[in-house]
Amino acid sequence: MLAILGFAFYDWHYFFGQLVDGLTHGSLYALLALGYTMVYGILKLLNFAHGDVYMLGAYMGYVVLTGLGGSLAPEVPTPMLIILMFGAAMLGCALLGVVIERFAYRPLRKAPRIAPLISALGVSFFLQQTAVLLFRPIPKSYDTYSLHGGQLFHHVSLGNLRIQYAQILVIASAVGLMIALALLVWRTNIGKAMRATSYDLEAASMMGIDVDRVIAFTFFVGSALAGAAGVMTGLVYQNIQPYMGFGAGLKAFTAAVVGGIGSIPGAMLGGMIIGVAEQFTIGYLSSAFQDLITLSVLIVFMMFRPTGILGTPIPQKA
Amino acid sequence: MSDGPPELETTSGPQIGRDEWVARAEERAAGPGSGLDRARRWLNRTPQIVLLVGFAAVVALVPVLTSDEYILRVATDTMLYVLLAVGLNVAVGWAGLLDLGYIAFYGFAAYLFAELASPHYGIHWPLWATLPIVIAGTILLGFLLALPSRRVSGDYLAIVTLFFGQIFVTLTIQGYKWDWLGFGAAHDITGGPTGLTQIDPWRIFGHELTQVRDYLWAALGGFVIVALALTFANHSRTGRAWRALRDDPLAAEVMSMPVKRMMLLAVAVGAGVAGLAGAINGAYYQGVFPSSFGFPTLITVYAMVILGGAGSLPGVVAGAVLVNVLLEVLRTPDHARWVFYVLIIAGLVAKIRPWRVLAALVGGLVAFGLVVNAIVGAVWPRGTAGPISTGVSAFTEHGWLAEALRHWLVLPKNTYELANYQVGNYAFVILIGLVLALTAVRGRRRYLLLVPTIWTAAFVWETRLVEEAPTTRPLLLGAILIVLMATRPQGLLGTPRVEIV
Repeated sequence: MLAILGFAFYDWHYFFGQLVDGLTHGSLYALLALGYTMVYGILKLLNFAHGDVYMLGAYMGYVVLTGLGGSLAPEVPTPMLIILMFGAAMLGCALLGVVIERFAYRPLRKAPRIAPLISALGVSFFLQQTAVLLFRPIPKSYDTYSLHGGQLFHHVSLGNLRIQYAQILVIASAVGLMIALALLVWRTNIGKAMRATSYDLEAASMMGIDVDRVIAFTFFVGSALAGAAGVMTGLVYQNIQPYMGFGAGLKAFTAAVVGGIGSIPGAMLGGMIIGVAEQFTIGYLSSAFQDLITLSVLIVFMMFRPTGILGTPIPQKA
Repeated sequence: MSDGPPELETTSGPQIGRDEWVARAEERAAGPGSGLDRARRWLNRTPQIVLLVGFAAVVALVPVLTSDEYILRVATDTMLYVLLAVGLNVAVGWAGLLDLGYIAFYGFAAYLFAELASPHYGIHWPLWATLPIVIAGTILLGFLLALPSRRVSGDYLAIVTLFFGQIFVTLTIQGYKWDWLGFGAAHDITGGPTGLTQIDPWRIFGHELTQVRDYLWAALGGFVIVALALTFANHSRTGRAWRALRDDPLAAEVMSMPVKRMMLLAVAVGAGVAGLAGAINGAYYQGVFPSSFGFPTLITVYAMVILGGAGSLPGVVAGAVLVNVLLEVLRTPDHARWVFYVLIIAGLVAKIRPWRVLAALVGGLVAFGLVVNAIVGAVWPRGTAGPISTGVSAFTEHGWLAEALRHWLVLPKNTYELANYQVGNYAFVILIGLVLALTAVRGRRRYLLLVPTIWTAAFVWETRLVEEAPTTRPLLLGAILIVLMATRPQGLLGTPRVEIV
């Protein structure tokens, strides 16, 4: 066993392949983790529905794709098509997120702690079953292998490193979105309001910040990122199905915990760590253990560093 | 049962629970409240033991009164759910913890029982050995799973347990090719997606439980024991500590309660009840399958606990019975239709006052449907030619209700063909939008909006939902959780809690 593992590590070609796969996967987790971490930072709410928003984002991209003629014979040029898919999914998910916040979470702002969590659970399940109803439970395929003669999946080689265009697209646009988010949070007024609300909701509202608007905006941004992640999933992994959001959401939340819940750079880092760890588990051990590894990481962090890598300890108060 | 603070009378002394008294000002001003609130107060006044004996007597008599296999099966399923819901209530209702691994504990117990009493390993231990092992094993699992989150807030417990629930299903599905990390040959532990079958029946005092009704009695017996034990626990120091933990963990800790230990205990006790239910499950169905222990089952049990009223034992039992019977009724389109229309009409009659508004609303509803039908019929004759073709009673093709619905709704000719679900899909999305809009508007506009909402609901129901029970049922459960949390978070029979800031 160990010998196999040792041998495998000398196969740098394979190693880099796994690393790139892991980073691709990690970019998706990171985008999702951002949504979890922002909402948790402000509302201390585990938004179970976030993973299902991501799943619906993938379906929104799919609807645009098939509406424009499908992968084999798209009616618009490929870059245009991809931009349209991203735009529709991000906008659609952003609105969905705002609606969920407005109708499922906002009435429970003053309720006991467990109430919004149960509501979130209900929303998650409701969205999942809505997708089953609307799109059937069988997986749908983006079939991007057929798109533009399969060019998305051609390789660029750099020594031992081989990377597909689709992976470059995912990693680059994820990084781009994260930079945009960082600028939004640290360079704009609404970003400042978000940070203030996250630091102390009550004090922020006393300082004249419209807290409800800030929370709605947080859901808007977080869900838009989830929508983008959904389309990326479709582009790279082809298959999308109604139950994909559940597991992805759990792992993304783990990523948020690993990076430090409430910390935006932490979510990005945590996503990458979870993605790579999972891919190495699949590549060097067995795919049966990928969930188990992530759970172990979560438990280890909870026991030994609950604040995560980049998080600051939150003093517990009522 | 006096769960939580007692009902405060206006005349009660102002010293204790004063904040609560102030916070409930609105509630008292509203008067005696709805019939449900009266029912709750009556249940709280009645001694717990009387309710328990009454309920047990009714359930125990079911197999005597009927020998209908279907009814007995539904009754037994319901009893299993009652048992599960009562166990979940410990963590969710009393201790206020979100234990999302509960169904995994249930599944773990069922699998453990199956391993110990089936031909899979050729082990056929007797019940007096397997039952304690299964329950103890499940308690241990619950304890171990809650252990890592003892130093962090309750949210982490939720995420770890949910994660475990997910992994449990994956592991049972993939457990038929377990190869110990590459050491040794692949080994079949769980039977994979097809599960383990041919599980031994329970054997009590030399009597082998083979009939469905035996398991109904077994589940009932288990429930009575558990309910008694939990009632005592709830009235003990432990129960009070749980409720303190739920209402304010920080204050409880300051009062030197071992908060973390109480949390572990709540999860472990819940797991123990799940263990008992799992052992019954394995023997009753004579097989265990990964698909019975997934997220949908978890949501079902949560919906039961929340609908009935978390924290109130009679409420939880009522919730489990109500939800399971409802889900069962939805299986048959014919019954489902009756439930749907009767519920809409009953809801309107109960909620809309004065009667003039109600009459106007019903009149508007009828007129709206007829007008839409007439317009569509004039533009596109095929669009209204559809039948309501299923069922055996008033809903058959020419039954009176079916005829009425045909002229009120718009049912295209090929309504029930599989390929023709696009329109229903759009209508479903529109329906959700309408319902959300309904919660946002007030006054007269709400009544105006109610008319198209109900019509769209009926349209979606007929074109899409009624024929697809496997999707409709979970959709309904999700909706129950969301709607209840927004409108009546204490559930039907639970005591409303006021957060004191």
